[in-house]
Amino acid sequence: MQYLLLISADEDLAVTRMREGAFASFDTWITDLEQRGVLRAHVGLHESATATTVRLRDGEVLLTDGPFAEGREQVGGLAVVDCADLDEAVAIAAAHPAAAFGQVEVRPVRVS
Amino acid sequence: MTDDVERVLADTFAQDWGRLVATLIRLTGDWDLAEECTQDAFAAALRTWRRDGIPDVPRAWLTTTARNRAIDRIRRERVGAEKVRSLVVPTDEPDLDAIASGIADDRLRLLFTCCHPALSLSSRVELALRTLCGLTTAEIARLFGVPEPTMAKRLVRTKHKIAVAGIPYQVPSADRLPERTPAVLAALYLMFTEGYAATAGPHLVRVDLCHEAIDLARVLTGLVPDDPEAAGLLALMLLQHARASARTGVDGVLVPLEEQDRTAWDHAAIDAGLAELRRAVRRERVGPYQLQALIAACHATAPTAAATDWVRIVGLYDELVAVLPSATVQVNRAVAVGMARGPQAGLDALAGTPDHPLSPAVRADLLRRLGRATEAAEAYREALTRTDNQAERAYLEGRLRT
Repeated sequence: MQYLLLISADEDLAVTRMREGAFASFDTWITDLEQRGVLRAHVGLHESATATTVRLRDGEVLLTDGPFAEGREQVGGLAVVDCADLDEAVAIAAAHPAAAFGQVEVRPVRVS
Repeated sequence: MTDDVERVLADTFAQDWGRLVATLIRLTGDWDLAEECTQDAFAAALRTWRRDGIPDVPRAWLTTTARNRAIDRIRRERVGAEKVRSLVVPTDEPDLDAIASGIADDRLRLLFTCCHPALSLSSRVELALRTLCGLTTAEIARLFGVPEPTMAKRLVRTKHKIAVAGIPYQVPSADRLPERTPAVLAALYLMFTEGYAATAGPHLVRVDLCHEAIDLARVLTGLVPDDPEAAGLLALMLLQHARASARTGVDGVLVPLEEQDRTAWDHAAIDAGLAELRRAVRRERVGPYQLQALIAACHATAPTAAATDWVRIVGLYDELVAVLPSATVQVNRAVAVGMARGPQAGLDALAGTPDHPLSPAVRADLLRRLGRATEAAEAYREALTRTDNQAERAYLEGRLRT
C-alpha cells in the first residue's frame, strides 16, 4: 500500500531544530528508506511565507500571498512510501525527525 | 427438540459469534461479508438442525456453512475470481480441530485490529461490540446514547478506515505487543464498565457484556502472560463482577456496597480474581488496573462493610490519582476519604475534584451523613438529573423519600 506522509511543524521551531542538527537524523531516515526500497517520492518545501494560494472564482483566478491555512504549524515536506500496512507506515512516520517536535499525517493513497 | 435447537443456538451465539466473525474476516478479508455470512449461518442452523439434528461440534458446522456462504456470495457478485481462489486453496481451509480446541483463537486477531491505536477509543469499543460480541447496531446506539443511524454511520466509517488505511488484520508481533496492549485493555475495560453500569436502560448490569470482556481479557492474558496490567485488568473485572448479582435488589433497585448481602457475592470469582492479582503484583510493575483491582480486593475480602480497611483504600487511591488523575478516580477517592476520616473530610476532598456525573450523588450522601438534610435532598435531586439508568434512579428516589 502507498501512503502519503504529510510532515508539518511549527516553522520557527523547525528552523531551530534543523540548526541544532536534526539534519543528521533526517539523513539517516531517508537513507534507510532508500535502502529498503520503500520511498516512492520525497520533497522538501521552502517556508510557507513563500507560498501562493490559487483559487478560481466566477472564472477569475484569485491569488493569495501565503498558505491556504494560516497558522504556525505548516507543511514542510511530503513523502510517498510503499509498505505492507499502516503499522509499517506509522513506524516510518515516527522515525522522521519532525515527528519529535511537529507531526506527521499518514494518508493512504487512493489507487484507481 | 425444537427447544434444544434454540437453546444450543443461543449458547453458541453467546460463546462463538465473535470467533466465527473473526475467522470469516481472516478468510474473506471483508468485514461486512463476514458478519452477514455468520448471520446467515445461524439462520441456516435453525432450519437444518431442526430437520437433521444438532451437529457434534456446532461451531465447526457454523464455520463451514458461513465460509461456504461467503464463497457463494463472492462468486455470485463476481467481485473478483482471485478472492474465490484464495478462499478455496487448502491452506486457507479453516483448521476445524484448532478452532474447536480454541488454540487458534481468531478473536485475538479481531480484538487487536478493532483496538488499533489509529482508531478512536469509542470507535474501537463500538466495533468490538458489533463484531466480537454480536450486539446489534441498535443496541450499541443505545449504549452510547446516539440515534441508530448515527451509530450505523460510525460503524461503517470505522470499517472503511480499517480497509482503506491498511490496518493489518493480525495480532501484532511480539516486539509491538507492549505498545499495542494498553489500547486493547482500555477497550475491554470500557466494554466491561458499559456492561457493569449500563448508562441507560432498565438493567444496571448487562451480564453478557461483562462475561465477554472477562473472557477476552482471559484470552489476552494467555497471549501476554508477562504483562501485569493485563492480569490486573482481568483481576479487576473478576472482583467487580463477583458482586454483580448483589448490586440490584429483587425490584431492580441499586443496592449500595455497604448494604449488599455479601453471601450473595460469587466467591469462586473472587478467589479467581485474587489469584490473578497475586500473579500480577508479583511482577512489581504496578499500574492503574492493578491498583483498582487492589481496591476491589479490599472490598471483596472485607467480612462486613464496617470492617472494610478504608485507610488502606485511601492509600491506594492516592497512588491511583498519581498515575490516573481522572474525575472518576478523584470522586471515588473522596468517597473513600469520607469513609476513612468522616463525612466532613469527604466533603473537603470532593470540593477539590472536577465535576463528574456521580459528584452530586456522592455529595448528597456525605451531607446526609452530616445530618444536613435540606442540602442533601437538593443534591439528590441534582443527582437524579445526571443519570438515565433506572436502577440508579430508583435508588436516588428512595433516598429522597427518607
